[in-house]
Order: sequence, then C-alpha cells, then structure tokens
Amino acid sequence: MLDVATTAIETAKLRGASYADARVMDIRSRELSTKNGQVGSLSESESLGIGIRVLVRGAWGFAATDRLTREGIQACAAEAVAIAKASGLAKRADVEMVPEPAHVDTWQNPFVKDPFRISIESQLALLLAADREMSRVKGVTIAETSMLFRRIDQLFVSSIGSVIHQVKMQSGAGIVATSFAGTEIQKRSYPNSFGGQHQLAGYELVESLDLVGNAQRVAEEAVALHKAAQSPEGTKTIILESSQLGLQIHESVGHPIELDRVLGMEANFAGMSFLTLDKLGKLRYGSDIVNVVADARLEHGPGLGTFGYDDEGVPAQCTDVIKAGLFTGYLSNRETAPAIGLKRSGGTMRTESWNRLPMIRMTNISLLPGTWTFDDLIADTDDAILMETNRSWSIDDRRYQFQFSTEIGWEIKGGKKTRMLKNPSYSGITTEFWNSCDAICSREHWTLWGTPNCGKGQPMQTMGTGHGASPARFRNIKIGAAFSKA
Amino acid sequence: MKTPRRKVRSSARREEIPAVAAAHLPTEAELHRIAERVLKLSDADETEVDISVNADALTRFANNAIHQNVADLSLTVSVRTVFGGRTARATTNKTDEESLRRVVASSGTLARSQPKDPNLLPMPGRQKYAKVARFDAATAGATPADRARAVEHVAKLAAIRGQTAAGIFTTGASASLLANSSGLVAAYRQTRAEFSVTILEDDSSGWAKSNSPALANVDPQELAERASNKAILSRRPRELEPGPWTVILEPAAVLDLVGFLFYDFAGTAVHDKRSCFTGRLGKKLMGDNITLWDDAFHPLQHGTPYDGEGMPRQRVLLVERGVPQNLVYSRATAKKMKAKPTGHGFSLPNEWGEAPFNLVFDGGSDSVEEMVGSTERGILVTRLWYIREVDPYEKVLTGMTRDGTFLVEGGSIVAGARNFRFNQSVLEMLRNVAALSPSVRSTGEESFEMVVPAMKVHGFRFSEVTKF
Repeated sequence: MLDVATTAIETAKLRGASYADARVMDIRSRELSTKNGQVGSLSESESLGIGIRVLVRGAWGFAATDRLTREGIQACAAEAVAIAKASGLAKRADVEMVPEPAHVDTWQNPFVKDPFRISIESQLALLLAADREMSRVKGVTIAETSMLFRRIDQLFVSSIGSVIHQVKMQSGAGIVATSFAGTEIQKRSYPNSFGGQHQLAGYELVESLDLVGNAQRVAEEAVALHKAAQSPEGTKTIILESSQLGLQIHESVGHPIELDRVLGMEANFAGMSFLTLDKLGKLRYGSDIVNVVADARLEHGPGLGTFGYDDEGVPAQCTDVIKAGLFTGYLSNRETAPAIGLKRSGGTMRTESWNRLPMIRMTNISLLPGTWTFDDLIADTDDAILMETNRSWSIDDRRYQFQFSTEIGWEIKGGKKTRMLKNPSYSGITTEFWNSCDAICSREHWTLWGTPNCGKGQPMQTMGTGHGASPARFRNIKIGAAFSKA
Repeated sequence: MKTPRRKVRSSARREEIPAVAAAHLPTEAELHRIAERVLKLSDADETEVDISVNADALTRFANNAIHQNVADLSLTVSVRTVFGGRTARATTNKTDEESLRRVVASSGTLARSQPKDPNLLPMPGRQKYAKVARFDAATAGATPADRARAVEHVAKLAAIRGQTAAGIFTTGASASLLANSSGLVAAYRQTRAEFSVTILEDDSSGWAKSNSPALANVDPQELAERASNKAILSRRPRELEPGPWTVILEPAAVLDLVGFLFYDFAGTAVHDKRSCFTGRLGKKLMGDNITLWDDAFHPLQHGTPYDGEGMPRQRVLLVERGVPQNLVYSRATAKKMKAKPTGHGFSLPNEWGEAPFNLVFDGGSDSVEEMVGSTERGILVTRLWYIREVDPYEKVLTGMTRDGTFLVEGGSIVAGARNFRFNQSVLEMLRNVAALSPSVRSTGEESFEMVVPAMKVHGFRFSEVTKF
C-alpha cells in the first residue's frame, strides 16, 4: 500500500501539484438477509483502489483507479493533475488550507469478534431463527432480517509527510415484521428501522442485540397496529425514544452544521443551510438543556463516525455544536476552517471509498444525556405521545421545516403509558423544535445509534454517521399532518 | 505476452488524451476474456459472471467556480455460483488470476453455507436481444477542459446577472458483460452526459437539469438561462396558505413523485402484499388520461436490453387508461405467480425480485404555458425534494417544493412562493390530472430518469410552508 501511495504523491508533485494526498483503501463487505424463512441475499465483495487528490495552481483535481501497477498509479496521478489544471479555467480564488502537521500513525477500532471469521452458517442460523419467530405470529405477511459487515483497511499519505494507516470494522443487524390487512401496511423494526443498529464494532454487537428474543414482540406489535387508534392531529407534547431522536439530530442538527453546505458548495443537490455564518455564537438553537457535540474520538463510543484521523489526515476531535442551547460550532475541513476563523480543521473530511473525493461529513453528532430516568419522565408527563422507531423522514433543503413519522406511538396519560397508537407523525421548524425540549433522559438511557446510509455529494456518497441520544420530551409540537384527511 | 503490450498501449493512450472516459474503457473482447477465465476456474454446477466497467468524470461548481473535479475508473467482476440448489455471489475489482480464483472460491463457499433454495431455477441459456444504440463516441471523448469551459460560460452568465451558479457537469461511459455456464452472453455499453444547475439570488433560486446518452443533446447554456430566469421570477417569495391547490408540476416534479410507484409494479411486491396494487389490479385507480409503459427500447430511454439474469426485457403495459393491468416478473417470480418472465429481474440472489426501470408515460397536448394560461389560481412547481413514503398502500408521499415555486393567478405567473411541504397520495394525484404535456425525457434527484409529461393536477395537498 505504501509504495502505491508514495508513487502517487511523487508523480503528482513532479507534474506540478503544490499539494497532494492519496488514499489506498481495501474494503471488504459481507451482506446476508432472509425473507419469510428463505435466504434473501448472500454476498461478499472486496474492492481495492486509490484516490489521488491534488492542488495545482490553487485548484483541485481528483482521480481514482483500481489499476495499482506503477504505470496505472502514474497515469491516475497525471489525470488528477490534468483535471486540476482544467479546474483552473473556472476559478475565482486560489484554494488555501489551514496548516496541519504531518502525522505518522496507525489506528484500529477495538472489537472482540471478527465478523468475517464467524461462519456464514451460524450467521444465517441466527437470522433464520429470528425470521421464524416473526413468521410464527399470525397476521405477519413479511418477516425480514439482515446483517451487514464492513472492514475498511486504508492508508493515507500526503505531500506534507503524513502516513496514516487505519483499520475500521463495522457491524450491523436488524429485523422487521410487516403486516398487510384491509387497506393498511404496518411494520415494526428492531432495534431500529432501515437496517437495524450499526456500529464500529465486531460481531459482539450482533450478539448483544438479541434479535431472536425481540422477534415475537416486534411481530405482534406490527399486527396489533391495525387495531390501534389513529394518532391524533393537533398540537401536543411528544416524547421521542432515542433512535428516532438520533435521526432528528442527524437531519436538523448534523446536516445544517456542515460548513460546505453553509458556504453554498452543496447548493445544487443536498442544499444549503439556515445556519448562516452570522449565527455562530449568537443563535439560540435549543433550550438551555440542549448540548450537542460532534465527536469522532473513540472515547465518545463505537459510532459509525468514530475514527483516528479523518480522510484529510486530521486527528479526530470533539467540537461543541450546541452548548447550553447556544449554537457554537460547525463541521469544518482544512479548506473551510478559515471562513469561521479557525486555525485548524475540525477533522470531518470523510470518503465512502477509494474512488470518491473526501468531503465534510458528520462524525458522531450526539445529544448529550440529561438527568431524567425514563420512568420519571413518563410519570412527570400528563398528556403526550411517545413515538418510537422512524418510518418516514423529510426536511427542506435549508434544514428548517421537517416532518417525521414513526412506526408506533403510545399514549401517555396522567403519567402512565397507556394505549398503542398507529401512524404517529410530527412536524415543525428546527430551532422552534429544539427550543421546546424540556427534559432529556440520563446516560443509562443513552444509545449511540448508527445511520449507515447518509447520502451526500455528487457523485453521491453513502456514509455511516453516529448519533447518541436518550429519550427526550418536547412541548407544543404539531402532530398528525402526515396522515391528515383534511 | 499480450497483456503487458496492451497495458503499455493503454498507458500511452492516456498520456495523449488524459482524463477521457474513452481512453479507459476495455473492449468487449477484453471483457469476454475475463468472463472465460472465470468460467474456466469454476467447478460449480452452474456459474454466472457479471463484469461492469465505469469511467466517469464529474465537474462540480458552486459560487460561480469549480470546487470539485473528479474522475474515476472502476471495474467489478461479480461471480454467482450454484452448488446443489444453493447460490451466492462474490465480487472483486481485481482481475489477476489469483483474485479471480479467490472470488470464484468465495462465491462457492457462500453458496454451500446455506440451506437449499427450493425456488432456485437453472440458469437461462443463450438469448436474443433487440439492439439498442446508446454509445456516443463524442461523449466518451469529452475532456475536463470541455466541461470546465462550459461551466465558465454558465458562471459568467450568472455573474453578469448578479446571481450565483452551482451545479454539475458529468460525462462518462460504461461497459458490461454478463455470461453464464449455460451459454448466455449479453453485452452492453453506453455513454452518459448530464448537466444540472441551480441559480441563486438572495431570496430565490431556479433549477434546470438534463441528461442524455449523447453530450450534444445537453445544452448547459440553455439550462442555465432557464434556471436564471426562474430565480428572477421567484424573487421576494410570498408566504401562501397551505391546503389543497391546483398545481402545475413540471416533468422533473412529476418524475420524482411517480418514480415512487416503480416497485409497486413488481410481481414480488404484490406477492408479498407490500404493493399499493395488492388486490387492486384491474381496478380503476387513476384517471382515463393515465397510461404507463415500461419500455427499455423507447428512443428516449436508456439502460440494458436485458435484466440481471440476462433475460431479454419486454415492453410491458403497466397502466391503461387509469387501470393497472400488468406487473413485471423475474423468472422465479413468474413461476411462483404463474406468469411469464418480462425481463425485469434483479441480479440473483435477492429478496426483491424485479422492477421496471424504464417508465414511459403517454403524454398529452398541452404545454406548461397553456396549463398556466388556463389556471385561475394555482402553484407552478419546478422541482421537489426529500420525498419519502408516508403510507405505502395509499401511496401517500411527503416532500418539499424547491428552486422555483410560483403563484399563478388569472392565467399568469404573478410571484414566487415560499416552498411548501406536501402530503399527497400519488394514486389520488393521478386521478386528478386535468392536463398533460407531451412526454419528454426528464431527470430529477429523487427518482431515476423516465419519459414523463408535465401535469396539471387539482386538489394537490400542501400541508405546511417553510421560511423561504
């Protein structure tokens, strides 16, 4: 790997690059799924290649190839330089980057069990057992299970002398029961929707989820939803369980704080942000109890946004995003940091694969725990809806107006969780929503959720992000618009 | 001895024409040689190899300047083996002998690690395919400088008008070959050009996008003019009340909504009871003016004339005058549902079955201008954003308008409008279509490209308004 990357850097410099970096990535993945007692998909893949980023006369170029011969690398580096020269034809100012010292290091996330050394037979046996438990429940029309594992072995080398080797192991799994009856399709997922829970961890994560033990409950809830009352429409207190709150953080905090988006670089596709630069240090983003960090360090937890160094060679950091309700920080890289007066990048450049350009991405964007126990929170709530597990999500292209629906709701009356509600939804404006937060549960209820499928960029890149959250309460929230018949 | 000579020639060619897709694409004969090596290395009962090569370049601009400019070349060799009624897939991007041997072995290990699949069919043999021509040499030969010059013209247009341009200009080429041990061989190559532009002002924006297999059909300057004019027209947007509105949806907005129906036409989706057509085939669900085909051979469509197993794609009438008539089927689903395969299956193994990806709507005769002219009060929508499914059976979708939302009064555009959130059943929408334009090839961001008309729709449900 080192020879390949070094050849790339040397060639780029010889051809006129003032700065160059290269990422050699060897990515292995395994996917398994079942549906209604049968194996659905079963596949493994490996992908090895190099991406070379160069700065020539103040303009960027990037080229990637899977031809890792010396001549293949040289041609790719030459291509990156040629592209950078073309970028100079439509340049308004030279790119400048804040300094970063050279780092020579190795990093690997800790894990107990290598999922690629666990037999396919035993992984399938676990999924089929969970599938069987769900299929057993009368009224379930589709039982589905899945596992996904990725091992990313990557070497970063740059012209300033950094040589950083990292190995990241990711694991994830989930189950879902779907029930069709009358004119309704209802479903319940565990431990989260859209693929379950994913972390920077080994197979021990899958074992800790107890998919089989939760399968019957999930299936019974999917069927029971058909007979549940419709969640009401109006304005109400809501309590979000932690996985739904994780997605709320992702959409209404994580994306708007991306500095490339703020500066207009994503205007054509992912959109821009309401968090214009004048709001830094001034905007009351949330209530006093709202504290959000962007933390890529291992001590934050095994999130999908955890790493040793970002894909620009900057060490993992923790940035205060919202402190006691005040907006205090963006996600930045070496190029955008000066726009907010930073002397160093926040270390959030990440790439999906060797053939994609790194860009500013969420790391672990987490709501720090509060003080409430979950039981006390329910007991303290007179009239509310507890919403669990995301079903749909949508937010405008500046991250102001959002609407979410969840798979299931529970009525809270007089401090008690009472009947099940179907089709719950809520909507609002980002800052109004976070300012309405009046209770957050404690560390013992806090989970670092993984979102494995965050899309951004052109060409589109899919990235895993982490979101720590514990259940929280929000007052005076508009509910029910998604299913309104009016 | 042939391989080293070819590499040297290829490298030299790249030196002469750097960063051009055409310089990277292997010949069909080269792909055949890889496929033959894989088939020879396999001792499975049956073997399938799917080779795919992509050479893409994308120039990205914002704030009237190029800020990202990339090119990538990737090749994948995906192998499916069958051992005793069990099948699995392994994929690599390396083509040396050892890597090919390993990917074949890996596929076999996966296949043998699972229970027997009672529904697995033998691989299909040799097939006949209708010809499609979607490779354009000029597009494959586009250079970074070609894209940069076009972007600079667009940036200048925006700057002269005091506006800011952001977007992409991409060109590329792909080649693929699918072969199996039963004698099936299918090969395809195509080029792709796409330009998308957003023009921004302080309180407004406009957007336009086009793609085609041929670069000559994509006109960045015309698209930029259109987006720029929309930004000017939507200045000082008014906040209007949500509720049911008459809307005129431009083709990109129609595409992004109706694209959410595509999987509902899968035989597997109906069999699994997760389609909105479950129990509704043959029933009147949409208006008389809605007729929909899946047609990979339509001159404005693109994509392979065969499916993931190599079965020839059929032209399928999905909806006739508002009545869903037919579904699409892979071989396995067709057998299960006592139907004929239509050539829409995904690569095996998978749990999703099949889907139509070449949707073509029958169009009407009204232009967008005529639809505006006939509207007393309504909203003209350029583009939609972040669409998600709220109710899968009634097919209620939520999402936002974006980059060019206008108030129409008395038959004219009178102002820009703040962007709306909608919660709208697509089935209900297709019952309420008052007028259609001729169908055009359109492209959006939420769904794949298709051939769709603009539509004038009554009673479209806007539920909330955002702040811009």
